Amino acid sequence: MVERAPESPSAADEPPAGSPTAAAAGGGGGTGAAAGLAAPGEQAPGPAAPPGTEPGPSGQARSLWSDAWHDLRRNPVFVVSALLILFLVLISVWPGLIATRNPLSCQLNKSLDPASPGHWFGYDTQGCDVYTRVVYGARTSVTVGVCATLGVAVAGSVLGGLAGFFGGWWDALLSRVTDVFFGIPIMLGGLVFLSMTGSRSVWTVIAFIVLLGWPQIARIARGSVISAKQNDYVQAARALGAGNARMLVRHILPNAVAPVIVTATIALGTYIALEATLSYLGVGLQPPTVSWGADISDASQGMQFRNAPHILLYPAAALSLTVLAFIMLGDAVRDALDPKLR
Amino acid sequence: MQSDSLDGTARPQDGEGLGVLPEKEPPAPHAPREAILEVRDLVRHFPLTQGVVVKRQVGAVKAVDGVSFDLRRGETLGLVGESGCGKSTVAKLVTSLETPTAGSILYKGEDVTRLSGRALKAVRRNIQMVFQDPYTSLNPRMTVGDIVGEPFDIHPEAAPRGERRRRVQELLDVVGLNPEYVNRYPHQFSGGQRQRIGIARGLALRPEVIVADEPVSALDVSVQAQVVNLMERLQDEFGLSYVFIAHDLSVVRHISDRVGVMYLGKIVEIGTEREIYEHPTHPYTQALLSAVPVPDPSAGERRTRIVLEGDVPSPANPPSGCRFRTRCWRAADRCAQEEPVLQVPAVLRHAEGPAHHPSACHYAEEKERIVPG
Amino acid sequence: MTQTQTQPVPPSPSGPERLLEVRDLHVEFRTREGVAKAVNGVSLDVAEGETLAVLGESGSGKSVTAQAVMGILDTPPGRVTGGRILFEGRDLLALREEERRSVRGARMAMIFQDALSALNPVLSVGYQLGEMFRVHRGSSRKEARERAVELMERVRIPAARTRVDDYPHQFSGGMRQRIMIAMALALEPRLIIADEPTTALDVTVQAQVMELLADLQREFRMGLILITHDLGVVADVADEIVVMYAGRVVESAPVRELYRAPAHPYTKGLLDSIPRLDQKGQQLDAVKGLPPSLLRIPPGCGFHPRCPVARPLCHADEPPLYEVGRGRASACHFWEELLDAE
Repeated sequence: MVERAPESPSAADEPPAGSPTAAAAGGGGGTGAAAGLAAPGEQAPGPAAPPGTEPGPSGQARSLWSDAWHDLRRNPVFVVSALLILFLVLISVWPGLIATRNPLSCQLNKSLDPASPGHWFGYDTQGCDVYTRVVYGARTSVTVGVCATLGVAVAGSVLGGLAGFFGGWWDALLSRVTDVFFGIPIMLGGLVFLSMTGSRSVWTVIAFIVLLGWPQIARIARGSVISAKQNDYVQAARALGAGNARMLVRHILPNAVAPVIVTATIALGTYIALEATLSYLGVGLQPPTVSWGADISDASQGMQFRNAPHILLYPAAALSLTVLAFIMLGDAVRDALDPKLR
Repeated sequence: MQSDSLDGTARPQDGEGLGVLPEKEPPAPHAPREAILEVRDLVRHFPLTQGVVVKRQVGAVKAVDGVSFDLRRGETLGLVGESGCGKSTVAKLVTSLETPTAGSILYKGEDVTRLSGRALKAVRRNIQMVFQDPYTSLNPRMTVGDIVGEPFDIHPEAAPRGERRRRVQELLDVVGLNPEYVNRYPHQFSGGQRQRIGIARGLALRPEVIVADEPVSALDVSVQAQVVNLMERLQDEFGLSYVFIAHDLSVVRHISDRVGVMYLGKIVEIGTEREIYEHPTHPYTQALLSAVPVPDPSAGERRTRIVLEGDVPSPANPPSGCRFRTRCWRAADRCAQEEPVLQVPAVLRHAEGPAHHPSACHYAEEKERIVPG
Repeated sequence: MTQTQTQPVPPSPSGPERLLEVRDLHVEFRTREGVAKAVNGVSLDVAEGETLAVLGESGSGKSVTAQAVMGILDTPPGRVTGGRILFEGRDLLALREEERRSVRGARMAMIFQDALSALNPVLSVGYQLGEMFRVHRGSSRKEARERAVELMERVRIPAARTRVDDYPHQFSGGMRQRIMIAMALALEPRLIIADEPTTALDVTVQAQVMELLADLQREFRMGLILITHDLGVVADVADEIVVMYAGRVVESAPVRELYRAPAHPYTKGLLDSIPRLDQKGQQLDAVKGLPPSLLRIPPGCGFHPRCPVARPLCHADEPPLYEVGRGRASACHFWEELLDAE
């Protein structure tokens, strides 16, 4: 350990103070191929230093985002969940790719029939093909889930984050407003708000969810921005003359985003379920629209699923899988953005 | 292990005994150099408010309450004091991280406190800060290269884009870190190494003044010495002026040319390192010095120890008159009524020698054998 | 680490009764990166009325040793993997958990660095002090309160009777540390372990607290283990010093002798690296390099990569604790040279 690694650029031997020699030494180390191979015992000595997993000094400057992407591509959890989500998106756009029947053409005489060749998931109460309905339901459910989550996350983090960063009257106002929204029972709000609108589309439902959902994220974003803001590195950036935008984007955002990602991905599942509950109460989407939520609530009526569990099982499984995929994705992204976990 | 060569202070440049570096200029109180920073009557009160919706001020924490000092080019001014004395607030005021309630900070004759926008940004290039906690002062989600290079992103005129990476590596080299570490993250370094990264960031824009707020107090003893040595070497190399803030009196003495002692938002005594440490005339300075643990068991008998009673009063409600009087063993009625001014005390005005320096005490007097010799 | 060589036991003062004997203690932590060997064969003794200072930097194993003696080690991840802890003649490691609990607090007590987090913020200090008597002695509420006031007076808290119902945040740092000391003293333990008791305090308050601790120890003839990184603090109060590095004892000696003539290069390095008020020099003699990671303690002498006098022998052979004088031991192969040089 005493001997110096021979290929190290040996800063110690060079006169310091930005002289050209020192610079040349640094540059030389960067291009020298041998320097890339971390010799045993050459890694950073700090107790926290992991074994020489570093790709070594490459000429490339790396950043959090490029490192995160580098990590994500190698993370099986990310790959699996991303593929699953890609698949969901594909069948939402083109359900015909894997389902050939019409989800609305049903035969009542086949009500609750079990699985049969060509109809692997069986029939529901109305005699519709469960498989086809699960495939076509993806569009509504995924749209509601993803768009509502995105809307909530963006609105919530921007409003909450700015309130946390700037403080003052804007923060006080926002806090009171979120308190008011927290006081509104979501079901009651749904009944009032959605029954006032005449024709309800997927977008009406999404708008309603964003309207009532953003305070939750805003509160979390505000808290994590406040705690990130207090770190000395934000002060350090300010002392360097950094403006608010830089402090927010470079220093606060990456350090405050993790709890927002976690809450948002978990909320995604509840939003899909919320759409179902609203439909069940008659203020959500109207019958011709196919959605997992609607099918789940239909199936849970009158205990029919006791005799024919498949009518509940398949849409519920699709919903769970979707939620799981997003939670896994959120987890993977959060971990990739934390250099300590590398 | 690379640290041995790169992190070690066994570097030949660090050994001043080798005569590579110019000798640090001896403190020259009688030939004052040009003041690069003049702080005058600096005040910072933090309002105490009550009420949720309608806030009303019920008082103020007088964190800094009339502080004046000069920082001369190339010198190190140490500021010592206990927690709550306002020394960290002074650091934030000088680096424009806080806005003063009153008073002025003249940098080369220009009042920094009145600047904003572009002009402030320009001044900031020249006054940089090194923080106490190397664990919170570096963004955990930025690579070392990005952290040290950020000053160039903020001040693009300081280095052409293509040069930046090389400049960052040079800076790492200057502070004794392996320039290849640019792509690592802060958590991969130990406390001492992180502090070096923080210093490299502070140096990037070639500032003239560095305000270091407790730069070594979070570090292990053996590593502290490395960082102190590094700061001294950088001062010589770059002609830096330091405001060095610490509660550790031994470290401050080691690095400082002049020292100011703070108590409850005020400087109570200021002078050269020798004047303060060997000829303190303010009772608080005397008590503070006598309380410093000396790593020598036999020193205990050779010195007089003054153990102060009680705690520092709250800066929201400081005592009238002299702020130290509630803990002072020499306090008299006059101390409660009349606030002593920081000047060469009348009794010592005609004294020759090192006791002749500003001390804010009505009854200032030299005391023997504070520090065992 | 293999325990091939016999480790001579650090000689303890004869005369006063031996209170605590730690023999060849080993503690490991299982972490994600591997097994961290925090304590590797530590032996130490404390007699009644004696103050033993355990000196070391972060990661030296000093606090872990204390936690193991107290029986408050976080298990898992921590685990005592070997050794004996004899306290008042009983091996604590062989006791059942209930038996150990009866020793803790009553026979030995601990004072922590951060008094604010060690006190419960929502209970008054009087209640927390009185709790000791209610739980261990079955005292009544009134009696417990009375004892709490007595304790507060004993640790010289002014106006104890009026302040007994105050909450921790209403006290200053120094006063809170006094309350911690009062709490430790409550059941009149025979041994007090103080882990960096004054590190968080200001110098003037530090002096008060150390003086109080020393007075109380004399009064009750307790054993005191003072864990610290500050060579200055221990100089005045300790009788014996044990210096730890990388989980091992590298030197043990009566306090005066250690400061006069350190017999281990690490101790010498520490002493040289502190700037002293009474000696203003130009350059500090820093110990080069950094303490090793406990996951990868260097073979041979753990200090050799940083040691100015290391020779090939040190890379291979772990030095035992050599007896280097009356009541002194050093784990350096070349202790004689060091002592001769003084």
